[in-house]
Amino acid sequence: MREELLKIIEKNSRMDLKELAVILGVEETDVVRELEALENEGIICGYHTMINWEMTSMEKVNALIEVRITPQRGQGFDTIAERIYKYAEVNSVYLISGGYDLLVSLEGKSLKEVSNFVSDKLSTLDGVLSTATHFVLKKYKDHGTILTRKYEDERELITP
Amino acid sequence: MKNLLADQVVGLKPSGIRKFFDIVSERKDAISLGVGEPDFATPWHIRDEGIYSLEKGHTKYTSNAGLMALREEICHYLYRTQGVRYNPAKQVVVTVGGSEAIDIGMRAMINPGQGEEVLIPQPSYVSYEPCAILAGAKPVIIDLKAENEFRLTPEELSAAITDKTKLLILPYPNNPTGAIMERENLAAIAEIIREKDIFVMSDEIYGELTYKGKHTSIAGLPGMQERTLLINGFSKAYAMTGWRMGYACGPQPVIEQMTKIHQFAIMCAPTTAQYAGVEALKNGDEDIAEMRTAYNQRRRYLMHAFKEMGLECFEPYGAFYVFPCIKEFGMSSEEFASRFLEEEQVAAVPGNAFGDSGEGYLRISYAYSLEKLKVAMERLSRFITRLREEKH
Repeated sequence: MREELLKIIEKNSRMDLKELAVILGVEETDVVRELEALENEGIICGYHTMINWEMTSMEKVNALIEVRITPQRGQGFDTIAERIYKYAEVNSVYLISGGYDLLVSLEGKSLKEVSNFVSDKLSTLDGVLSTATHFVLKKYKDHGTILTRKYEDERELITP
Repeated sequence: MKNLLADQVVGLKPSGIRKFFDIVSERKDAISLGVGEPDFATPWHIRDEGIYSLEKGHTKYTSNAGLMALREEICHYLYRTQGVRYNPAKQVVVTVGGSEAIDIGMRAMINPGQGEEVLIPQPSYVSYEPCAILAGAKPVIIDLKAENEFRLTPEELSAAITDKTKLLILPYPNNPTGAIMERENLAAIAEIIREKDIFVMSDEIYGELTYKGKHTSIAGLPGMQERTLLINGFSKAYAMTGWRMGYACGPQPVIEQMTKIHQFAIMCAPTTAQYAGVEALKNGDEDIAEMRTAYNQRRRYLMHAFKEMGLECFEPYGAFYVFPCIKEFGMSSEEFASRFLEEEQVAAVPGNAFGDSGEGYLRISYAYSLEKLKVAMERLSRFITRLREEKH
């Protein structure tokens, strides 16, 4: 049940416990117990809402920043990654194979705010060799959800 | 021109579904639970192979029986899922949907006008009876019973067999009831089939959609492969209804004659679809598993909803249909379906569209999102509460 439960709530964390129990074919108490276990084990790390901010009047700027760093003896990339992810405006930090080391995704209110973060905070960190900032122009798909197009049922109403 | 039309065709009853469709299509605001096709789009990697084949210029006919690469994949698939071996060169024909295979299979086997009988268990898909008639056979209907969960029992089969019986249609997993036949159920009827020396057309188009263990094909039972025409396709398993891709596997003499008809009537299945089909069989198992999981969740949801509203329904373990009983309301399936549409704007297919034995039932498809099913079940609950109040 664990994997199926995770797959369902990954797509829809709002489904209530009773309904989860019904569609999984288990008791409600089993679902509660499993969710608790998953939270305690750190497998479920939060229940977020996916928002297409572009549709709102809130101004938001998203950027992806490639960061090249010098790994530190005994700690590798972890210490510097930690220094970066502690900033509230940083959404995600990934260690990446290939031409650079960290991929940092960032959300700010304006271009200026993002630029300031990169020039003042990120590039000046010890160990950061270089940065390359890419601003997001449009999100087509995020977290497995297509943002640009609504699903339309084009099937006939009745078929044998 | 005195007699322009063929009496036999004119005499065919129009499908009950057609009639209901005409009513529903006037109701643009209706929620439909009436479709017999998946709500998913064909997985992208499969679509992509179709597109790629077009880009490469594979726009010609294939061999009549279908691309050899596809026939080989079909044989691999049947071996790994059912343990039956077919020779891709001689025992497979790729058809335009499973429907074509049903049609040409009967035409390849029936001697018209000689009273050869085709046994058709009902409720079942709407094509078997007309195809049998058009092939010149005498259709003999076996009325399946809810108390047997709409399985075909050995007693029912034995009672229907005569000296003229040639072919048994075996439509499992079943549309519209959602019934399945498990190995022991199949073994019981296989014994009679061998003993009475009849042939089976096993329509396994919903074979990947079972929710109680894996589907068993009757072709995999001892002594049955040589007397079974196995029909399957891509529509339901891979959500590929619009590609029109099916196939039949069976004894070489039957496939040879079917391929002959197919060659004259069709030439070959669409080439683009065949390339996509190769990809589906090679790399589509995970897609099937994902869709099956989603269907199963909806199935559980519907069964639970019926239980809460006290609506009688046996638990179906196949396809994507549930078949609740509406006899308690004292009206015909058509009347129930029409009023449900009229009063709650929900379309479901009356059970009698699939044979007289479907009277008193409703086919509800769960090829819809949970959100949509939830709205529909709220309306069904409201509707039957009202009907129950009316009765008192």
